[in-house]
Amino acid sequence: MSTQSVVLITGALTGIGRATAVAFANEGAKVVVSGRREEEGQKLAAELRALGAEAEFLMSDVRHEDEVRNLIEATVERFGRLDIAVNAAGTEGRSIAVTEVTPENYAATFDTNVLGTFLSVKHEMRVMLAQGNGSIINISSTMGERGGASLSLYTASKHAVEGLTKSAALEGAASGVRVNAIAPGPVQTAMLDRLTGTAERKAAFLMSVPLKRAGAPEEIADAIVFVASGKATFITGQIIRVNGGKTAS
Amino acid sequence: MTNLYGKTALVTGASRGIGRASALALAQAGAQVLVHYGRAEKEATAVVAEIRKAGGKAERVAADMGAADGPHLLAERVRAIIGGRLDILVANAGISKADTIEKTTVKDFDDLFAVNVRAPYFLVQQLLPALCKGSSVVFLSSRAAAHTGVGTLSAYAATKGAIDTLVKYFASELGGRGIRVNAVAPGVVLTEMSGFAKTDAGRDFTLNIQALKRMAQPDDIAAAIVFLASDDARWITGDTLHVDGGTKL
Repeated sequence: MSTQSVVLITGALTGIGRATAVAFANEGAKVVVSGRREEEGQKLAAELRALGAEAEFLMSDVRHEDEVRNLIEATVERFGRLDIAVNAAGTEGRSIAVTEVTPENYAATFDTNVLGTFLSVKHEMRVMLAQGNGSIINISSTMGERGGASLSLYTASKHAVEGLTKSAALEGAASGVRVNAIAPGPVQTAMLDRLTGTAERKAAFLMSVPLKRAGAPEEIADAIVFVASGKATFITGQIIRVNGGKTAS
Repeated sequence: MTNLYGKTALVTGASRGIGRASALALAQAGAQVLVHYGRAEKEATAVVAEIRKAGGKAERVAADMGAADGPHLLAERVRAIIGGRLDILVANAGISKADTIEKTTVKDFDDLFAVNVRAPYFLVQQLLPALCKGSSVVFLSSRAAAHTGVGTLSAYAATKGAIDTLVKYFASELGGRGIRVNAVAPGVVLTEMSGFAKTDAGRDFTLNIQALKRMAQPDDIAAAIVFLASDDARWITGDTLHVDGGTKL
């Protein structure tokens, strides 16, 4: 990554998105952070500027195409280009049995995780194809390749993100646009606490991870920075598992 | 930039190709590098000289990875040079042979498994006393051979399939000690080992199955190996990273 790279991060206000914004700011990139909450967003942008980065918050809900289009147009207007996009906006949705799934809770998960990623990739790629370069990183999960009881909606949505990633990589390759996904494993975020429920269940779950702990959002961010960088120019269409060995065990 | 100052690294098969590029890249990032070779003493000496000329630290170390006690002797020699701690092991040394099922001999088969599977297995075993919390082991798989059925590579490809499996088991078993184990899986790379890559037919075939329409250079693979060896990848273990220009997406 050149230090002047322009980076857009959706879902930047919490967890992995936030840690990624800080990592790119520390690398000297120009950073646009996006999310749905104005006040938190402005605070994050100020924090990134305090690290010495040029940074802006732009409010956007990835479920709505006009907002995504505006976000990317405004990014290019502000910084002149778009080199790296990290699509971190996502939701775990509700834990619910397959037999109980409704179109409403399907939409609650898929609109953000799948439609939101599609719309983001669509408008990011339009800019990057015209530029002749760019790197897009989607966020999957260990559930992008595994299943989870009561987690069928989340699991299916992350499988969809991985399929989108591979197809978009094929479309972008000839124009120098790389598209990859990072599939984080257990990461210490509010989402992990909600998914495991109790401290005992969380501790038992983490014992199944070869490195015997939860990852930190910063550890996912460091992998994202690598995949976006000039050190990874032969890597495209890949799902990079960053999970403490969760899927090896 | 990745910082490996104060770290010790062993790269097997480091006189040429991906091993050589990895040794140079690790040294450039600051690591002290042990340049292993089997027979190519002259080339290994040149790699050491190149590292030292750039201000780095390197030693060459010989061992026959086809011999049953080769890994044991190498581990002894390595521990004599670096003392107690090995931070990075790149088990790159490998041989390849293409033949039809009918023409593959028991000797060819055994030679391939001896160098490509037995040697890295026992090298890790013998180096375990020197591998510590935070150490990183990187094996070489093969995207082109192990994950697809191309050409007449069945015996060679099976050795690389074995590596993918070893990665998962080693990562699971060694995770509790904080040792990470991963592999990189290159596609077709322009090295001396790959005569195929230099033919017109090989080039056409490769570009046809890759999303990115250029041939991989050893440096492309080395950059990913340095990443996996570094703390930037500290939450990645048990995985095989495809560095293959988007092969057969």
